[in-house]
Amino acid sequence: MKKASLFTVSRLHGLAPLALALALGGAVVPAAQADTTLTNASFDVARELFAALNKPFIAEWDKQHQDHLVIKQTHAGSSTQARSIIQGLNADVVTFNQTSDIDVIAHAGLIDSNWQQRLPEHSSPFYSTMAFLVRKGNPKHLTSWQDLAEQGVELVFPNPKTSGNGRYTYLGAWASQSALNHNDEANTEAFMRRFLANAVVLDSGGRGATTSFIERGQGDALITFESEARSLAKQYGDKYEVVVPKVDVIAEMPVAWVDASVRKNNSEALAKDYLNYLYTPQAQTIIADHFYRVRNEQVAKQIAGRFPDTHLLNISDVFGSWDSILSTHFASGGKLDQLQRQ
Amino acid sequence: MSKPRRILPGFHLSLGIALVYVSIILLLPLGSLVGQLADLSWARYWSIITDPRNLASYRITVLSAALASLFNMLFGLLCAWVLVRYTFPGKRILDALMDLPFALPTAVAGITISTLYASQGAIGQWLGFKVAYSWLGIVVAMAFTSVPFVVRTVQPVLEELPASVDEAAITLGASNAYAFRRVILPFIWPALLTGTGLAFARSLGEYGAVIFVAGNMPYKTEVTSLMVVTRLQEFDYPAAAAIASVVLIASLLLLLVINIYQARFFRRIHGNQHV
Repeated sequence: MKKASLFTVSRLHGLAPLALALALGGAVVPAAQADTTLTNASFDVARELFAALNKPFIAEWDKQHQDHLVIKQTHAGSSTQARSIIQGLNADVVTFNQTSDIDVIAHAGLIDSNWQQRLPEHSSPFYSTMAFLVRKGNPKHLTSWQDLAEQGVELVFPNPKTSGNGRYTYLGAWASQSALNHNDEANTEAFMRRFLANAVVLDSGGRGATTSFIERGQGDALITFESEARSLAKQYGDKYEVVVPKVDVIAEMPVAWVDASVRKNNSEALAKDYLNYLYTPQAQTIIADHFYRVRNEQVAKQIAGRFPDTHLLNISDVFGSWDSILSTHFASGGKLDQLQRQ
Repeated sequence: MSKPRRILPGFHLSLGIALVYVSIILLLPLGSLVGQLADLSWARYWSIITDPRNLASYRITVLSAALASLFNMLFGLLCAWVLVRYTFPGKRILDALMDLPFALPTAVAGITISTLYASQGAIGQWLGFKVAYSWLGIVVAMAFTSVPFVVRTVQPVLEELPASVDEAAITLGASNAYAFRRVILPFIWPALLTGTGLAFARSLGEYGAVIFVAGNMPYKTEVTSLMVVTRLQEFDYPAAAAIASVVLIASLLLLLVINIYQARFFRRIHGNQHV
């Protein structure tokens, strides 16, 4: 078939310059404005956050440069985004909710493997933890991970196989039970079996789970990032409450520039500027306003009362590296599959 | 058979274009699917496709698709009958509506169905049992996306059967039921079966509509196409291809059986002229 298409091209050779001129003519008109673009591939529920973050950055850029900066946002589950980038999505920067998803891109050779050392705080300018969104008055008295595994409690969270949000849910439940029983693995597994069996819907991504809980009225609790839970509670006012359990896990939100893309797009400096901007007090304030927890101490002090006091466990302290977490728990035939087996 | 004279020239050109088109649209993707499978040993292939969770998904998918197809067989036939045999106000609108499931993005269908059938939805609140987020939801979603196959295959055949035929049967003393069973049904049976078979094959692979209404609980409401997508999310392309190949082979076998049955049916009725 390749031959056939080459043949067609050579036959059309006489027309080619004309076609090329037409195509270029079409392209030249918008290019006259010569916008600089930056593409940010991000996770599903970060739409509103980056819409707010991009505005001041663009304003600053436009002041200092002749041309206009356009930041293109794409949003999907962060594992889906990682796959898109490996398959050719030309994103300059990634802002994910899973370090393992950046590692996947790094394994494919598109991001430097030491990406976590390139920016402060393991390249994670902000973080969150897991929270429960419950219906007003918390009728089932759900205050801890342990309550969620009680009989008759119905849970909504996305599938840990397909969603970072779901994986943190799984790891949060595991880590809290493990802390309670001093690493008695058999006990933790029995707990996880009850916990997973209480799920009524397993959507493939975070927003799907939100829809099932809020629009379809499924379940007693939606388990999601604290940031998502609190913005939902704010949006729906009096209908829901947020519960942050006393023992919980840190969900780091890692960022990186995609080496292969910035080389191709000649946008390395811009990409680095953009990611470093996320650490500035200005950006950290915006991030905190979207209910994410921030690194900047000044900003964190200003908003101290806004986040409940929680004992936050580090994923890597409890479980080890993401590579081993994925192969032990989430790979086919792993712990998750075993625990869901009936 | 003598070579029939063709009115339009260009047999070689049109055949060539058709083959290239089929290759690009159909064979190339299927080829890359097989290419992914080449990475697997037979033992590994077998262990993937017989994984208990996948086995459960086959059972759920096939049973739901069968039930949905059965419903569509009955109600699709009814719709086609009404559209062909009666004139009534709004007939053209109903006719156009029949194609809606083809035109509507399946995800929209899935979201709409889950809204309607959720326990507090417009329909769901009146039902004493769970439809959305249970396997019945899968059946409803599959029935929705595949009903046009039955209607659109039966309709033209019914149009060829003039009302005078059943009038003649009745005049000759047949009861309504007898006339339907012995006169009308044999005539439309191959088309009805083809339509139902296509609907079934379509349902086996349905993803978009099902995923929003199924609940996707392991061993209970996970369809096979979700198992494929899950493996893709794990970046395990060969395993995804292995599961997909099961659906593909099942659908191909089904279509083959329908074709053979149809050919035999025509031979029985018309002799060899149609084969």
